[in-house]
Amino acid sequence: MSVDKETVVKIAKLSRIAINDAEAEAMVSELNGILGWVEQLGEVDVTGVAPMASVIANKTRMREDVVTYDLTGGGVTDKVLANAPAREGVFLACPR
Amino acid sequence: MTDLTELSVAAIRDGVVKGDFKAVEVAEAFNANVAGAKALNAFIVDTPELAIESAKAVDADKASGKALGKMAGVPIGMKDLFCTDGVQTTAASHILEGFKPTYESTVSSNLWKAGAGMLGKLNLDQFAMGSSNETSYFGNVISPWRRGGSDNAPLAPGGSSGGSSAAVSARLCPAATGTDTGGSIRQPAAFTGITGIKPTYGRCSRWGIVAFASSLDQAGPMARNVRDCAIMLEAMAGYDPKDATSLDLPVPEWEAGLSSDLRGKKIGIPKEYRMDGTDADILSSWDNGITWLKDAGAEIVDISLPHTKYALPAYYIIAPAEASSNLARYDGVRYGLRELPDGVGLQDMYAATRAAGFGPEVRRRIMIGTYVLSAGFYDAYYTQAQKVRTLIARDFDQAFGQCDLILAPTTPTAAFALGENTEDPLAMYLNDVFAVPASLAGLPAMSVPAGLNKDGLPLGLQIIGNALDEQGVLNAGLAIEERAGFVARPEKWW
Repeated sequence: MSVDKETVVKIAKLSRIAINDAEAEAMVSELNGILGWVEQLGEVDVTGVAPMASVIANKTRMREDVVTYDLTGGGVTDKVLANAPAREGVFLACPR
Repeated sequence: MTDLTELSVAAIRDGVVKGDFKAVEVAEAFNANVAGAKALNAFIVDTPELAIESAKAVDADKASGKALGKMAGVPIGMKDLFCTDGVQTTAASHILEGFKPTYESTVSSNLWKAGAGMLGKLNLDQFAMGSSNETSYFGNVISPWRRGGSDNAPLAPGGSSGGSSAAVSARLCPAATGTDTGGSIRQPAAFTGITGIKPTYGRCSRWGIVAFASSLDQAGPMARNVRDCAIMLEAMAGYDPKDATSLDLPVPEWEAGLSSDLRGKKIGIPKEYRMDGTDADILSSWDNGITWLKDAGAEIVDISLPHTKYALPAYYIIAPAEASSNLARYDGVRYGLRELPDGVGLQDMYAATRAAGFGPEVRRRIMIGTYVLSAGFYDAYYTQAQKVRTLIARDFDQAFGQCDLILAPTTPTAAFALGENTEDPLAMYLNDVFAVPASLAGLPAMSVPAGLNKDGLPLGLQIIGNALDEQGVLNAGLAIEERAGFVARPEKWW
């Protein structure tokens, strides 16, 4: 499989990255170089092999439904908004 | 008086505990080295005042007879991927320039509790994506090492923890944190003649570390010797309920358990790592490693890891896929950069922000990741790569039926010059060919200096252990360290 310019533009859109015509053009060969190389994985016989879900055996833990640390416990609006590029009152502000 | 910046982590801690010198004197000495090494560009932000503050607290505890921590009085460098409360944390990106977290990562918090102090935030490849520290928005880190003779070409310190490796090897700090997703602790350690260990996935909490590929990211120490790595890893590791993948296990006393007596241990030599085109100096240092481990009492066995050649391509699907998802959070809304061209709406603000805020390698990986996860391609790329990952982990599992530890080179070459590998992303990716398999399998792996090549540049040997066997890895590392007699250091030119 290889990508053309139209596909690169579509991937950029899905990635929410603005891209101009020249950049899209340049990325066609870059992405195809990488995709062509990873395609060797197709040679591997994976019959009956499950995709890896967890690299080290570990239990998924249940926890009490209680607030256990500061940041999600509410009352820290100023901390949450401290790095906001724009705010209105206690809200994050952004264009429509 | 001793130059305190020549001391190891252990010697600093022991000297502070015994009262031979004050933690503040140590912090001052390293602050001076940091201030005098701007030419290396190892730090994005210096925090001399924080190093002094932590040291004063340790000195006060000492004066009042309180017990001191494992890292008492040791000033360290913090890779700028760890969120530090009130101190700019950028992941070496423009999109996070100016971002000051309002919380502290678990690993850094553990280190401060153990008595360490922060000299500053270390440069790295942008979002830890790179093997040469050339993708940083804040400029390249220059390795303190140079080739011999009249060749003064600036060399790569490795990556992504390139600020960490340069700073430790140049004695700007006795130790530094690193993170390793596909070799980012081991490869820079090898390039700069220092020691670094990536522990088993889950040993160190990922909470508060800027995420790259969550199923692979692991923090670990980088220092000048094995003992210092053992000490610092003990301070960094531990169960953290805030990270769902954190291992709920006690932290072993790795320093106390150090022993270079390898009698009864079997060391596997994987035949697939003897690749065509590997540098002759690398191969001969590997042979030296075999001799040293035999001398330490170990038995050498040949093993096979048949899927080794597929590790790198699998990694370059899995890591970008996870990155594309993790980096979706940088949208110009909650923190970080916002680019808002006149009159545009929300979607165009996202796209403009991300185009301006991410460097070329980060954009490339996000787009690869987006593509391999997109409808119609998910199974062919992502699911296939995850199946291959299962096979790679199974290779190691089977190998550890025949041996206790695995010895291999860390990298296929010594450090290269800056700019040498930047044209072709694939050539750069190949740097991590020996490091990535252990990352995909979540295994502990360490690089220790093994000698110099014909240009006078350091080479590293890698020890890979079974899950949770950091002790075995450290012990074999110590056996190599004792026999390699590596004392070379970069001549100061900065």
